[in-house]
Amino acid sequence: MLKQTEGSHAVAEAVALCRPEVICAYPISPQTHIVEGLGEMVKSGDLAPCEFINVESEFAAMSVAIGASAAGARAYTATASQGLLYMAEAVFNAAGMGLPIVMTVANRAIGAPINIWNDHTDSMSQRDCGWIQLFAETNQEALDLHIQAFRLAEELSVPVMVCMDGFILTHAYERVDMPTQAQVDAYLPPFQPRQVLDPQEPVSMGAMVGPEAFTEVRYLAHVKQMQALDLIPAWAEEFRKAFGRDSGGLIHPYRTEDADTIVVALGSVLGTIKDTVDALRDQGHKFGVLGITCFRPWPTAAIREAIGNAKKVIVLEKAFGVGLGGIVSANVRTSSGSPDSVYTVIAGLGGRPITRDSLARIFLEVEAGTAPSLTFLDLNRAAVDRALARERETRRSGPIAEALLRDVGLVTAQLR
Amino acid sequence: MKKPFAITLDPGSSLANHTGSWRTNRPEYVDRLPPCNNACPAGEDIQGWLFHAESGDYESAWRALVANNPMPAVMGRVCYHPCEGSCNRAQLDSAVGINSVERFLGDEAIKRGWAFDDPAPYSGKRVLVVGAGPSGLSAAYHLARLGHAVTIREAGPMAGGMMRFGIPSYRLPRDVLDAEVRRILDLGVELELNARVDDILEAMSDGPFDAAFLAVGAHIAKRAYIPANEAAKILDAVQVLRGMEGEEKPLLGRRVVVYGGGNTAIDVARTAKRLGAEEAMIVYRRTREKMPAHDFEVQEALEEGVLIKWLSTIKQAGEQSITIEKMALDEKGVPQPTGEFETLEADSVVLALGQDVDLSLLSRVPDLEVTDGVVKVGANMMTSHPGVFAGGDMVPAERTVTVAIGHGKKAARHIDAWLRGGAYQPGGKHEVAEFGKLNTWYYSDASKTVRPVLDMQKRITSFDEVVMALDEGTALFEARRCLSCGNCFECDNCYGVCPDNAVIKLGPGKRFRFNYDYCKGCGVCAAECPCGAIRMVPEEI
Amino acid sequence: MSFQPVKFYQTGTFTVGNRLLPDAERSVQSTVRRHNSLNSGHRACQGCGEALGARYAIDAAMEATSGQLIAANATGCLEVFSTPYPETSWQIPWVHSLFGNTAAVATGIAAAMRVKGRSEVRVVAQGGDGGTTDIGFGCLSGMFERNDDVLYICYDNGGYMNTGVQRSSATPPAARTATTMAVGPTPGNPFGQGKDLPAIAMAHNIPYVATATVSELRDLEAKVRRAMEFRGARYLHILVPCPLGWGHDSALTIRMARLAHESGIFPVFEAESGEVTGASKIRRQVPVEEYLRPQKRYAHLFSPKPREDVIRRIQEAADRNIRKYGLLETTP
Repeated sequence: MLKQTEGSHAVAEAVALCRPEVICAYPISPQTHIVEGLGEMVKSGDLAPCEFINVESEFAAMSVAIGASAAGARAYTATASQGLLYMAEAVFNAAGMGLPIVMTVANRAIGAPINIWNDHTDSMSQRDCGWIQLFAETNQEALDLHIQAFRLAEELSVPVMVCMDGFILTHAYERVDMPTQAQVDAYLPPFQPRQVLDPQEPVSMGAMVGPEAFTEVRYLAHVKQMQALDLIPAWAEEFRKAFGRDSGGLIHPYRTEDADTIVVALGSVLGTIKDTVDALRDQGHKFGVLGITCFRPWPTAAIREAIGNAKKVIVLEKAFGVGLGGIVSANVRTSSGSPDSVYTVIAGLGGRPITRDSLARIFLEVEAGTAPSLTFLDLNRAAVDRALARERETRRSGPIAEALLRDVGLVTAQLR
Repeated sequence: MKKPFAITLDPGSSLANHTGSWRTNRPEYVDRLPPCNNACPAGEDIQGWLFHAESGDYESAWRALVANNPMPAVMGRVCYHPCEGSCNRAQLDSAVGINSVERFLGDEAIKRGWAFDDPAPYSGKRVLVVGAGPSGLSAAYHLARLGHAVTIREAGPMAGGMMRFGIPSYRLPRDVLDAEVRRILDLGVELELNARVDDILEAMSDGPFDAAFLAVGAHIAKRAYIPANEAAKILDAVQVLRGMEGEEKPLLGRRVVVYGGGNTAIDVARTAKRLGAEEAMIVYRRTREKMPAHDFEVQEALEEGVLIKWLSTIKQAGEQSITIEKMALDEKGVPQPTGEFETLEADSVVLALGQDVDLSLLSRVPDLEVTDGVVKVGANMMTSHPGVFAGGDMVPAERTVTVAIGHGKKAARHIDAWLRGGAYQPGGKHEVAEFGKLNTWYYSDASKTVRPVLDMQKRITSFDEVVMALDEGTALFEARRCLSCGNCFECDNCYGVCPDNAVIKLGPGKRFRFNYDYCKGCGVCAAECPCGAIRMVPEEI
Repeated sequence: MSFQPVKFYQTGTFTVGNRLLPDAERSVQSTVRRHNSLNSGHRACQGCGEALGARYAIDAAMEATSGQLIAANATGCLEVFSTPYPETSWQIPWVHSLFGNTAAVATGIAAAMRVKGRSEVRVVAQGGDGGTTDIGFGCLSGMFERNDDVLYICYDNGGYMNTGVQRSSATPPAARTATTMAVGPTPGNPFGQGKDLPAIAMAHNIPYVATATVSELRDLEAKVRRAMEFRGARYLHILVPCPLGWGHDSALTIRMARLAHESGIFPVFEAESGEVTGASKIRRQVPVEEYLRPQKRYAHLFSPKPREDVIRRIQEAADRNIRKYGLLETTP
């Protein structure tokens, strides 16, 4: 059914269609609207049977989900940013124990400085935690990915994180096609746990494992994620047949076949990039776009194939490894025949708008060979230089973030 | 379910890990000797029979008791209970009233008509027991149960010996004595009354008997020289107490003086009181502390109005008066005359100065060693004459009913072994379970039950039993005050407190076993065993 | 009090069992049918109070729930010694997730049972004092506040014993630990610190809060039984001596717990909806010194220079407990 709705609400409805049994949540922007929607559905009785638990922290949220999942319940939670970090220990734990929890991450920057707007630093910080990470490009895809995520998680006994850009998707009203309960029920079978806490058949879960078996446990986790590389495209195809649209899968190539330069990105920015590339194509520049939906496991083969003929690859990413550069870029380089031709553009940090003009400019610079391998898009070089100068001059140079805000004056006024 | 590798495990699988290998000390169950058992002259397993009494199984308790002592109803009245004197519970509140429980069991057996277990098959051996007192009856009982044919020859007209002729009926009712004697005879023991043995060797060859146990009581009163005029009435305690068993009660007059400080003196004074004497006075040359009589008996006598003249000797006895001389203790505690005299009114004087045994039946036995009027016997109770054993008052020992009964048992076991051509080897004595080996925190607070006594008017006007019985409830309470020193009473503490579940419970009456596969040797079981029935011993590594 | 001691029968209810009691009055631990929820072969130290307390409590909970029980366990000694791969000592469904999230994991399990209509299956969470009073405190408080249907059991041995005896907020004053060494002018753990978690639990107004020790099995079992009669959040705080951390002979584990109670150092009581409903009376009161002396963690109070001042402060604290909870039997 087509409807005009907020991204968060669309996700909440989709999650509800997946018949979650235990939902636990701690509020954090920009995740709030998702759990508010679910809370209301449980409270009203529209979503039943389901337990909605208001916990005291994200750490507890993930822990409640761990308990519920271990006890055989379909468990769901949502978080963002600091919340994801606060639950990090439990995030790793859920993966280590192979509990098929599904979690939405409404992507947001990580402080300090505290910042509520979108980038991908939160999800990227957990890229090695053992969860499958899927990135939604649109609200429709966000909605659809949740339905696929539960099936994937429960089939493999691996938790799945569905990442959607905070505000840009979560708070955007768009038209979505909301499936029916019958469609979802047909696609997503009831949860059959691989292991469960049950007095009828007692087991001990979460044993201490020493050097003698730890590597094997880790290796098996890797093997499972690699299995997802086969399942994800297969089930996306199944999804297409059942629901009538392309959603999910490992990657989304766009005009890559004859592209000389391919721009790789994750999430909602792909729309802007595609518009930019379309315009550049019209000017005769052979750009293509590769959207990565499945960031973990890393679809090496699919990406290699997609960028196979391009001369250059630009990875546009909303997070970066301080002291290194691009995180996604580093992954892309492992799938590229010529790593030196992979360029990194860091953009949209802390919610900074990514404009078509800026994108076009940097894309053309890369094409022309004038761009450095690492670019921070729209960096206010003057402000940075002033800060560095201050630090050279004065020992007690004060807090960087606040000084920068003063420098760019306008922003300070807006914040007040 | 198909469990994930390593992180999910099968329940209880740690049984594969035998933590017993960590152990440097191992716990072991032991049976230590309870101090009561250790102190009992009759060798009773007191803790053992109390164990059954605690659960209300009085018949089992009685059967356990009579394995060592066939006369619990008598014992529960006349024994001076050294067991209670050594009871560990005294260090907590007060000793367990063992004696009163024993009496309860004895009375219960009489009331219910419980008979002894059947004797062992007949051995073909005949044993002569001389004297039907406690020692002789005890020996006869044990010998009979061991399968021997026993004949008791008693010089007197009735069985019981000193129990009948030495102990007043207000302490030991005769129906009780009769019932316990009867039960022994019911085992097939032959009793010949008024059958004095003058020559033991002759009696044995006439029988013929394969062995003999001599258990003649000390029925001859010791006399002391007291200057007296002809009209003075001087009797001895044996005469008086024996006279109580006949038709004609002794005539003692209104004012009776008893001379001596032993239990017999007390018995005579209290008897005199009951016979109607207005005044019964004990004259004793030392102080109360030095008196050989048991303090509780002295106390009972004083309660009944018996007077006691301490530090006094009788110098002279006249027709209706005596003269006494006051004594004073010297530095060594020996009474010395002071030259101070006093005259007391007295219709009669009863001498209670000790008794001797008539050893004439042994006169033809060669090589007997007799010292101070008693016969020397070996550790096996045998005299130097093979096959002739002796016990009770005849041998050097304390002269109490309990000691006598103990002699009877001990002699019977040696006689049995001797008859079968061997020697009786008593089992090794276990280490005593002294107070320090217990963890007494676990025992409930419970003071000793006070035994009811007859009201005073009845006491001094009748020969009714002074100390009355505990009822079933109080006897049970008293039994349950037992700490079970040194012997497992199945409190389940070891089973419960083991952090490694390394104690196996074997079921009621079967106690426990250690599972050394898992026992780490922490010692908690031993520390928390209330009764000290677990010890820790170093592992040999 | 939930537990009414039997006054007599030789050892009454002071011992684990008593052959003289009717079957119904016997402890779970005295029966051969006890579940041995924590089985032999675990790797706890010799004389481990926590191993004992855990078996006491969980067996009692198994009995009370007719075996319909799931346990969540915090990281710590209990977890490490019971479930090192490839063996587990647990005979019940059991899960370990993290150090600080046990109460929340239990909440999740309870929610799962409720949503599946299996409300007969009850949930316990358990952890040591570190996992409870320190790192797990947030989740615990949350579980209390939401009144989730979980019995949380804290096995308090007064420190981080698993990591080598460091201080926790349950470490008692003056006690030496690896992070409160017996050096300097005020050796050992400072006075005036630490959490009274049972009181904090009571402040949440949860249905049931109780303390117990491994020295009073019958009381402990009765409290588990009572706890299982409630729905909602319940808290049981069990004192479990640690031979390693306390430095006492392994055989003295139960004795130490007993002395903690009998000295007033550790008040044994229970509370319903935030109100104390009963306290276990001291049977034979002892000065705190009797409790302190066998423990090496207090050795600096006795030598080289006796610290009567410190012992007095500890005695004062014990006396306060005795007053506050009415621990002495009052003569009628």
